[in-house]
Amino acid sequence: MCDHGVGGATPPPAPVSRRGFLFNLGIALNALAALLIGVPLVGYVASAVRRRGEQAWISLGPLASFPERQTRLASYTNPFRVPWDGKTANIPCWVRRLDGERFQVFAINCTHLGCPIRWFQESGLFMCPCHGGVFYEDGRHASGPPPRPLYQYEHRITDGQLWVRGGQIPTLSEPV
Amino acid sequence: MRMADWFEERLQLKRLILPSATHPVPRSSASWWYVFGSATLIIFMLQIVTGICLALVYVPSPSGAYLSLEHLNYQQPLGWFLRALHFWGSNFMVAMMSIHMIQVFLFGAYKYPRELTWIVGVFLLLCTLGMAFTGQVLRWDQDAYWGLGIGVAMIGRAPLIGADLVHLVLGGAIIGAETLTRFFALHVFVIPGLLFGLIGIHLLLVLKVGVNEWPMPGRLVDRATYRERYEEEVKKDGVPFFPVAARKDMVFGGVVILAILACAALFGPYGPNGPADPTLIRTVPRPDFYFLSLFALFALLPPYTETFLILVGPVVAIALLLALPFLAGTGEKSFRRRPMAVVSVVVILLALGVLTYLGAKSPWSPLMEGWSGTPIPIDYIKGRSPLELQGALVLQNKQCRNCHSLGGGGGLRGPALDGIASRLTRDLLIRQVLQGGGNMPAYGKNLSPAEVTALVAFLDTLRWPRDPVARSPVAPARPDR
Repeated sequence: MCDHGVGGATPPPAPVSRRGFLFNLGIALNALAALLIGVPLVGYVASAVRRRGEQAWISLGPLASFPERQTRLASYTNPFRVPWDGKTANIPCWVRRLDGERFQVFAINCTHLGCPIRWFQESGLFMCPCHGGVFYEDGRHASGPPPRPLYQYEHRITDGQLWVRGGQIPTLSEPV
Repeated sequence: MRMADWFEERLQLKRLILPSATHPVPRSSASWWYVFGSATLIIFMLQIVTGICLALVYVPSPSGAYLSLEHLNYQQPLGWFLRALHFWGSNFMVAMMSIHMIQVFLFGAYKYPRELTWIVGVFLLLCTLGMAFTGQVLRWDQDAYWGLGIGVAMIGRAPLIGADLVHLVLGGAIIGAETLTRFFALHVFVIPGLLFGLIGIHLLLVLKVGVNEWPMPGRLVDRATYRERYEEEVKKDGVPFFPVAARKDMVFGGVVILAILACAALFGPYGPNGPADPTLIRTVPRPDFYFLSLFALFALLPPYTETFLILVGPVVAIALLLALPFLAGTGEKSFRRRPMAVVSVVVILLALGVLTYLGAKSPWSPLMEGWSGTPIPIDYIKGRSPLELQGALVLQNKQCRNCHSLGGGGGLRGPALDGIASRLTRDLLIRQVLQGGGNMPAYGKNLSPAEVTALVAFLDTLRWPRDPVARSPVAPARPDR
């Protein structure tokens, strides 16, 4: 770009020519446009990040459906589902009723790499089919590579129903 | 012919393309060893065409994806064949690209002045693996769902930004509709766009810095003289790329496409394997074969190294690949004089091969149906006492067989129990059952004393006829002393 007159060697503060001004204006306008497009674009894509921490209380059903001293598979519908979510919105979890109103609600995801753990009533163990993690009935680590006990949902009992606070996949940096 | 001239007069394609197509390359490079890159490109074209065809029918939503794939498999005429072509094309592309990369490495083609060609190639490799993973997600079956679960569990281990990254990848707090559309956009727009751009640069560089000559032992690469010598060789003994070198590319590319067609026709499409309904937990998630080695690694690494290696390992591996042409950018090109290069290739291939094999076998996983699906062989219960038979029942019902095999059947997580009585005394057996240890859970709370007695009585009979009974290394305390 040459916004100084012909023949000028190294010009002192060049007088702004019309061409130079238009060129600079062009750059400035496009930079502004890029910024105005970029900000909402990044905001749009990254809006998923800001939605973190959003969780809702969901009922898993009446207490009567969880016999004492047993562990049962329950499921809830993702509270933030969209109509085209299909069956993917059904989230399972393991409900252990110790006695009376004492419960433990475990996430389905193994704490190692998130695979679905399975409960074995007879041996009182949760086993993971991916890398062989095993947990005791109270969620403690029994063997294999998992780095921590099972993830547990926050839960409460209202109107004879068991409620959990869910809607998020548990990971090591954000355990339920 | 007159029509061709009419177009040529306006488009002037000959002037544009002919010099590139017929540019001289070293005669030594018109070799069967130099055909893998072009074959990868041809497969990429096949993937684009079949991918567009699949996109005509595929529905990128959790409620529709699985159904539309079933529709493709069973209702849409030739839908199964298109899916099979795309699937086998992806396998061949990953394989062909790996072979191309190994050849380039062994022939020293990444050295001066082709460093940038190699670096762009590394990004092409990453994009291709990205296509493989995102494509696997689009299948939206159980493997895809839990594969995503594994992916975010890995990302979620990152300190500070782990949770944010998980949300960014999933498009929310949990795997759902937005996750699938994200991966769809990546698979059909973002990564293919990158691939087109990178392939353009890759090919431009091949033209600008020339095809690597056949490496001669003892002919060293020197920054000062290399280009001059190369130009000289090409001028003296060069052949036009098209058709002299290209005809081998064309033959090999044709064979590869025919092989993909044959695989697609013979073996058909892959999956979808069970709908992505998370409540169907009777599933054993496994990734597609190119990620099985990684899957195996996570089972075999010592747990305390895992988070570190998951986060740092890939970064180091990619950095090493990118740094390679700067670490060894000159000197010997021939693999005959680069023993360490050959050894690294052999070691990496062996490691990947063994890990892939182990990943497919997964001996570390409990066999979930071992206890209900694999009965104790009759020979192991013949002639046993009622108490021992009761113990065999305990062994079966308490899911011991999920991890322990008997007579070759059952899980491989723990040691096989054949001959256990020659290795452990009765006391050691009781201790092991009650307290666990050595990666075995403790069963103290889950077995009644009677069950333990019966179980150990049965285990105590598991001994090969010629083997001795296990003995305690310590002399038993004698009460009479």
